[in-house]
Amino acid sequence: MRKSILLVFIALLALGSTCFAEDLKVGFVYVSPVGDAGYSYAHDQGRLAVEAMDGVTTSFVESVAEGQDSERVILNMARKGYDVIFATSYGYMDPMLKVAKDFPKVTFMHCSGYKNAPNMANYFGRIYQARYLTGMVAGAMTKSKTLGYVAALPIPEVIRGINAFALGAQAVNPDVQVRVVWTKTWYDPATEKEAAKSLLDVGCDVIAQHQDSPGPQEAAQERGAYSIGYNTDMSSFAPKSHLTSAVWNWGPFYKEMVQQIKDGTWKSQFYWYGLDKGIVDIAPFGPMVPGDVQKKVLAKKLEIASGAYKVFSGPIRDQAGKEKVAAGAVMSDADLLGFNWFVQGVVGTLE
Amino acid sequence: MRELCAVKRQEPLGWGSCLIFLAALTLAFSFSGMLLAMGGKPALGGLWLLVHSAFGSGFALEDCLVKAVPIFLCATGVGLTFRLQIWNIGAEGQFALGAVGATWMALTFPAWPWYALLPAMLACASLAGALWGAIPALLRLKLGANEIIVTLMLNYVGILVLEYLVYGVWKDPGSFGFPMTSEFVPAAVVGRIGDTRLNWGLALCLVAGGCMSVFLRFTRLGYELRACGENVRAARSARMPYAGLVVTVMVVSGALSGWAGFLESSAILGRLQPSIMSGYGYTAIVVAWLANLRPLVIAVASFLLAGLRVGMETLQLDLQVPASFGSIMEGFVLLAILSGGFFSRYRLQWRTRG
Repeated sequence: MRKSILLVFIALLALGSTCFAEDLKVGFVYVSPVGDAGYSYAHDQGRLAVEAMDGVTTSFVESVAEGQDSERVILNMARKGYDVIFATSYGYMDPMLKVAKDFPKVTFMHCSGYKNAPNMANYFGRIYQARYLTGMVAGAMTKSKTLGYVAALPIPEVIRGINAFALGAQAVNPDVQVRVVWTKTWYDPATEKEAAKSLLDVGCDVIAQHQDSPGPQEAAQERGAYSIGYNTDMSSFAPKSHLTSAVWNWGPFYKEMVQQIKDGTWKSQFYWYGLDKGIVDIAPFGPMVPGDVQKKVLAKKLEIASGAYKVFSGPIRDQAGKEKVAAGAVMSDADLLGFNWFVQGVVGTLE
Repeated sequence: MRELCAVKRQEPLGWGSCLIFLAALTLAFSFSGMLLAMGGKPALGGLWLLVHSAFGSGFALEDCLVKAVPIFLCATGVGLTFRLQIWNIGAEGQFALGAVGATWMALTFPAWPWYALLPAMLACASLAGALWGAIPALLRLKLGANEIIVTLMLNYVGILVLEYLVYGVWKDPGSFGFPMTSEFVPAAVVGRIGDTRLNWGLALCLVAGGCMSVFLRFTRLGYELRACGENVRAARSARMPYAGLVVTVMVVSGALSGWAGFLESSAILGRLQPSIMSGYGYTAIVVAWLANLRPLVIAVASFLLAGLRVGMETLQLDLQVPASFGSIMEGFVLLAILSGGFFSRYRLQWRTRG
């Protein structure tokens, strides 16, 4: 009798542990502090959306340097039993790949790189689509026909953004120039603000940026120019100058990935969604943007989201005026991922 | 009227300084604990987690050792120059040049076997780092240029040299435009020790630390170095070779930072990329001071500081403490120990002023 009670008890325990399976543990690795209102903040908003899902717990480590530190952090997460790890900076690619080989049961997701493994996928968003739209706004608002772009580092992602911005501006204002200054930083408020000032000094009257700090926004507002933000809606930093921002919206994508992993339908591939899935968007327009410009931009947004319009469709010429993409042709994703030249109308070098 | 004043101790404090050290550490940890509690986290539990995840398992100890290697090498170098009161804050740039030197070898002679390539990389890294250290030494001796400014500025130049190469001629054509060299051939990668995450760079640390201790304690040049550091004028009038010493310490310091750059690029990253620069050269300054410039203590301090940083990651992960808490705690520890140093050199006493 006693034995059978014990058996029932054990059976119940076993049943209980399968019914109330442990939460899926999801870890995030960020390159900068989450409080920066920028790139990592946007990812962390996505994490919070995942945290709200049933049967999922999340955590993160912020300000992780690329290289040695990132490998240890990712390894530590895998050892601690995290089931899914999202690493959100391109420098985490090789370290993550190394760890992925040793932990075949853990799912690894790397943002903005290109290497993968059976248990490691890449993902990113087509933020260039949003940048094209912000370029249209900037092109419509400029009087000096010179736009300034405070750029981070000369890597394809940034170059792609500058080119999309320039093409968008030229679509509404064909003679527009985009002047580029590199700060070689992702987050350095003072340097980025100074870079914006140097662009304002040479006659730029709209400032766009790629870094996380609101420095360029502030510089534009102080000089009475306009500004275009990035990552999140930056209007609160410069309400008088902020036209719109190219923004990330990771929540839906992260939820979709985690759900797929829970359901066992996840596959290692390159996920590169854009306006179609709402991963990227533009922030609400500032009050100074005229209604007809808003209407035009929103119409283009629908066209891009539906796939009817591709941002990098020919003819596209390079800085020297040489035709790189013929009329009617569209740049392939592989070409976009390796973008290493500027389109016509961009003033600056790749160094 | 009675007032409190500091009197220089005539006798070294001996074991008492250990007590002061422990008291300083306790103070720093209590402040950190208070900070945790203010942020709504468990204070004692948090500190225990920090210590446990830094030193509580074999994995953790390995991680700390791996992280301590570059800090130790840079700190041993700058510690040596500080002994002579030459303020070399250029370990960061010397580290960058070391990495560049090693990478040049690895990319230029990929066909060499490892027993030729690795020593060549080490030599080239030492040479490049030493060169970067020699420039400020010569400028100081010939032109009287302040070495603090020159070494600091050369850091920026060194990092720009590295970036110039990585964004330019050395960029891997297969990297989709990302700034990194192609991966080193296996012969150019410093291997791991057995199944651990440790690499043979640890052996270099032993060599560096051992040589440094012996040099300072048992050689004539080491004695002269310590003497010059105490009092340059007295040493000069005793005809000690001050100029030669300045160049020597800067060259050795540069070479040691160069070793660190070699190990980081070869053993850790397996290539050169801008993210190799993670501030070890500056951390080294902190560590050298924490350790009172003594090589063996530098080893311990590097290991503990590495542990603090490694433990902080787990603290973030498990308790979601912000990363900046780690920097604040590091600051507390440094401040407490350095001010503790005051008490081991002075004692307080009441004095009546009449």
